[in-house]
Amino acid sequence: MLMTTGPWVWVAGLLTLAIYSFLYKDNPVYKMAEYIFVGLSAGYWAAFLWWNYAYPNLFEPLAQGNYWNIIPIAMGLMMFTQLSRRTSWMVRFPLTFVLGVSLGLQIVAAVEGDMVPQLAGTFSPFTRGAMFNTYDFWTSVGYIVLLVGVLTTITYFFFSKEHKGILGVSSKIGIYFLMVAFGASFGYTIMARISLLFGRLHFLLSDWMHVLK
Amino acid sequence: MMLGAWTLMASLLLCALPVLAQDMAPAEDAAPQDSLDRALTQLLNQIVPGEILSAPEKVSLEDTPSDAGTSIDVAWHISASESIIPGSVVKYHVMRAESPDSEFVRVGTVPAGTASYSDDGTEPGKPYWYKVKAVGVDSETASEACGPGYSRMQWFDRNRWNVLVFTLLTCFLVIIFIEIAKRSKGETFLRRLPVFDAIDEAIGRATEMGKDVLYIMGGLDVDDPQTVASMNILARVAERTASYGTKLNIPCIWPMAMSMARETVKESYLRMGRPDEYNEDDIYYLTTDQFGYVAGVDGIMMRDRPAANFYLGAFYAESLVFAETGYATGAIQIAGTAEIDQLPFFVVACDYTLIGEELYAAGASLSGDPIQMGSIRGQDAAKAIFFVLIVVGVILKLAGIDAIEEWLSIG
Repeated sequence: MLMTTGPWVWVAGLLTLAIYSFLYKDNPVYKMAEYIFVGLSAGYWAAFLWWNYAYPNLFEPLAQGNYWNIIPIAMGLMMFTQLSRRTSWMVRFPLTFVLGVSLGLQIVAAVEGDMVPQLAGTFSPFTRGAMFNTYDFWTSVGYIVLLVGVLTTITYFFFSKEHKGILGVSSKIGIYFLMVAFGASFGYTIMARISLLFGRLHFLLSDWMHVLK
Repeated sequence: MMLGAWTLMASLLLCALPVLAQDMAPAEDAAPQDSLDRALTQLLNQIVPGEILSAPEKVSLEDTPSDAGTSIDVAWHISASESIIPGSVVKYHVMRAESPDSEFVRVGTVPAGTASYSDDGTEPGKPYWYKVKAVGVDSETASEACGPGYSRMQWFDRNRWNVLVFTLLTCFLVIIFIEIAKRSKGETFLRRLPVFDAIDEAIGRATEMGKDVLYIMGGLDVDDPQTVASMNILARVAERTASYGTKLNIPCIWPMAMSMARETVKESYLRMGRPDEYNEDDIYYLTTDQFGYVAGVDGIMMRDRPAANFYLGAFYAESLVFAETGYATGAIQIAGTAEIDQLPFFVVACDYTLIGEELYAAGASLSGDPIQMGSIRGQDAAKAIFFVLIVVGVILKLAGIDAIEEWLSIG
């Protein structure tokens, strides 16, 4: 068994172990890895955002004569006004512009992507005849449970009324449905995380230590 | 050119007569007929190489309806060769040029038997010319150039009436309820969530212990509604820390979110009459990298040991790492997100969790702003309508009426 001689594989392997050392407790080795990670990633993202967003979308078109880009550039420069207390109020212009535009656009996306398809998806299985003929018994039961789950969960998210009486019972059933869904999601995601752990262990044992072939 | 095509058609017909006659033969003769077709095609290819296929005809161009002006529909009549000898055409290439004299470049391919193609790589208002090329086993023939065709943007997508109706309905309800909330002068009711008391309790505990309050706004920037809702709760948290004189520590993942958090916290400190207590260095940028940020925040938790941790906003894979580390430090933890996959982690590892829309409702309720509270009530009214629509939809479906489902389908 020969460990790799690649210097960057060594760096990655040692830094992986340094991060895992946090499982024991906070220690200088972890701190060193943390500072390297935070500093490198901050620098990487600055370069990434410049070359993938700012330069090709703002400055390159401006150099080609698209003078409309002066507006977003001016808004971007306003972000720097917060460096001085006297001019920091100007930072509110780009912030409110981004907020208003993006939230407005998301209204349509939410209606189109979530609301309408989920509405239709809830009652689409209830085709005449199919519920009692085409589907098997448990499939039909599953669709009925889905319908009850959707309706009662909607009532849990009513904020205009106190959860009392029928609304109280319905919202309580709704929260049970939510918890069952969370349990299933928890198990599913944990499996995904374990596969990530395997990926990292495979790197350590195979690429670095050459224990695994 | 036309004479050549007619001559070719006549010769093809003559050659095809035996095949057509065999079409009337019983089904058990299908296999010999196929082999005869193939043999005939090969024979014709050998006799008139490169000219056996007739070109697709009557190529027409139309702007694709209900789009952003980036697509042209190309239609044609399939090659006569394909009609007479099935299998003689393998596929059609759709060729495009920006002038009739320039080189035509292939933009798409469809199988034999297809007579249309949507070219979705066009620019609005720019002229394009098209040819359709029939491709056989050994030969290919292109139609005459057709054009110019233009793609144009339509202002309205007729396949999305339903989206318009629901958007207008929801907006209308929200506006109506905002107006009602404005006129009710602080009397608008929203259900009190247990987390309201928990916020005060957590900050009070941090104050008694002389430790920091840590506030994490999630992994998305200010263009996400969850981050905005988080700002509303941050305003309340900052008011409390200003009153109690407790340090509020806010590491940020996005620079714009940091700027917004600074403005929010500064306003809260001013509102509480403690502008001198506000320190903008307590709200700082860490890194935009997801796990770099996680490593940094974990380090802060282990070293500063904040007594109250708030995780409110959009969270992804970092949720469990934060919540577990915070739990290990013994902090009171209050979380909230609308990311369904991350909620289970917060539910198991935090003391209080705002589930999905509760995050927005809590933000509105804590702000006391009639616009936000009216907005939540308007959304409740929309939910009631959707509730009824689902019930009516199920009843209609069971009665064999698919009208609502068809109307709701997004084309």
